[in-house]
Amino acid sequence: MAVEHPPAMPAGDQTRIHDIGYRGYDGPRLGRSYARRSLYSQSLRGAYGLGRSVKSKVLPMLLFAVMCIPAAIMVAVAVATKAHELPVPYTRYAIIMQAVISLYVASQAPQAVSRDLRFKTVPLYFSRPIETADYVRAKFAALASALFVLTAAPLLVMYVGALLSKMGFAHQTEEFAQGLVSVALLSLLFAGIGLVIAAVTPRRGFGIAAVIAVMTISYGAVSTLQAIAYTQDSNSAVPWIGLFSPITLIDGVQSAFLGGSSAFPGGIGPSGGEGALYVVAALGLIAACYGLLIRRYQKVGL
Amino acid sequence: MVRITTVDAVTVIATESLSKRFPRVTALDRLSVDIGPGVTGLVGANGAGKSTLIKILLGLSPASEGRAEVLGLDVATKGAAIRERVGYMPEHDCLPPDVSATEFVVHMARMSGLPPTAARERTADTLRHVGLYEERYRPIGGYSTGMKQRVKLAQALVHDPQLVFLDEPTNGLDPVGRDEMLGLIRRIHTDFGISVLVTSHLLGELERTCDHVVVVDGGKLLRSSSTTDFTQTTTTLAIEVTDSDAHPDGTRAVREALLARGLETHGEAGGLPGAGHILLLTATGEETYDRVRDVVADLGLGLVRMEQRRHHISEVFTGTDEQRKEAVGHGG
Repeated sequence: MAVEHPPAMPAGDQTRIHDIGYRGYDGPRLGRSYARRSLYSQSLRGAYGLGRSVKSKVLPMLLFAVMCIPAAIMVAVAVATKAHELPVPYTRYAIIMQAVISLYVASQAPQAVSRDLRFKTVPLYFSRPIETADYVRAKFAALASALFVLTAAPLLVMYVGALLSKMGFAHQTEEFAQGLVSVALLSLLFAGIGLVIAAVTPRRGFGIAAVIAVMTISYGAVSTLQAIAYTQDSNSAVPWIGLFSPITLIDGVQSAFLGGSSAFPGGIGPSGGEGALYVVAALGLIAACYGLLIRRYQKVGL
Repeated sequence: MVRITTVDAVTVIATESLSKRFPRVTALDRLSVDIGPGVTGLVGANGAGKSTLIKILLGLSPASEGRAEVLGLDVATKGAAIRERVGYMPEHDCLPPDVSATEFVVHMARMSGLPPTAARERTADTLRHVGLYEERYRPIGGYSTGMKQRVKLAQALVHDPQLVFLDEPTNGLDPVGRDEMLGLIRRIHTDFGISVLVTSHLLGELERTCDHVVVVDGGKLLRSSSTTDFTQTTTTLAIEVTDSDAHPDGTRAVREALLARGLETHGEAGGLPGAGHILLLTATGEETYDRVRDVVADLGLGLVRMEQRRHHISEVFTGTDEQRKEAVGHGG
């Protein structure tokens, strides 16, 4: 701010600096949509610890690396062995790495929303042009984007690797695109669930624990029940049970429509009709999360 | 941005039989008040409806009935436009401890719609104006209460609003910090040209700081008038005189002499040291001063002091119900 100091001002004399008169602001005010975009980019950067302390960069960066390294290794192996197909299909990768994704959501969802609630910063946002829906949309979009970066980056590594080892461009591109659609849906779903849980648990520690609990317990319960149903020969129940945990929901959607092979016991994916139900359930869940967040923030208000 | 200059827009805040009813409590009851530019104090006990009023004025909570305008904009329909031109400093703590004041205020400036470069420049300016220097680069978690209050104030001012709402800005401050904050609030208007609505439950501090005071109680308007009206409707004179050989009890001699001339005096209330030597009388005009001077001179005594005692706003509250009604009637 050196420009505003009159030339005669001795530098570093703080009492004199204090005497500089107040200057108004006549520049542009960019309003709601700009504020929403700013909040989005700040939250997205924050989800990887950018613009925050060094300490808060460690975990997201580490998880990002953990997500990408297996993909890189697979590519290296595939290239070295001159395989014609990647060892793991694109759609399957996120399912295998779900623990890492859950951990990321658990660590970053509370960071995104619980801080503002816990330190009561929310009223400062709502005393400005942005409204509840702007805040919720910015935070939701930011966490979903962060998750998309986390889940799509390894797919990109695999795709580039596959092209380098000349594995059929059209086939790889189609599967890669299907993989991207799948992880996009997964990002929205996980972000929604994570944010809702974090928004009702202002204490950060509880938020982290609650997100991990919901993700792992629901998956554990669902896959156990599916396994029991499978061993008891009631195969038709397997896809129905799969509706009740986020990751199996994604699994079902992609095995029905995105050319994925199901990770359900015996590879019993949902049929076309059941698959439609999976899509409805996933989209409904995302919409419900959004609605719950809006309701939550209308109450917090000022 | 166009500063309000037109004649019909000199009212910064106007409410018209504004009411807010919750299922079990009436927070505001047909409140009608016009507030002009300058520093206005909003006084009331806790739960008097101050925060509810600010919420409605920010366009965040619809009124049950009545209407309100801020800077000529209707709160019911122009909430976003109002919030762009108004700053708000909440009563409670609202700062994340792990970021620096600079980072935090820059972010808040952008939330108010300032472009990135302008947000950084205005942040540096504003933090300096509220009295935060090198420490603004340190995380807020390590700040004293006074410094935190300054950061809260800075985020309310960073977008150069035309009006700021300050909710209990002196809460939790020690006497020195309180005085500094009150001085700063005064400067917001005199130096920055920003109108201020400041709430407090402490009347004395608003008396010194505000041009105008609005008193609310139980959601109703108790009184609205300028601080000079409040404290100078009747002027009380305090007189202290010396004793002399001719009049060993000078105070008594003066009292009797004044009584003889039709001026009744009374002793100072409260058992403060020296209270017995101070005479209080009600000044009705210029001639009262002359008469006191003449009486003291005639008796050959020294006049130690003759000063105006200002009434305190707190008398609005401490008075009996009858006096209160009188005060409301007076305030109109």
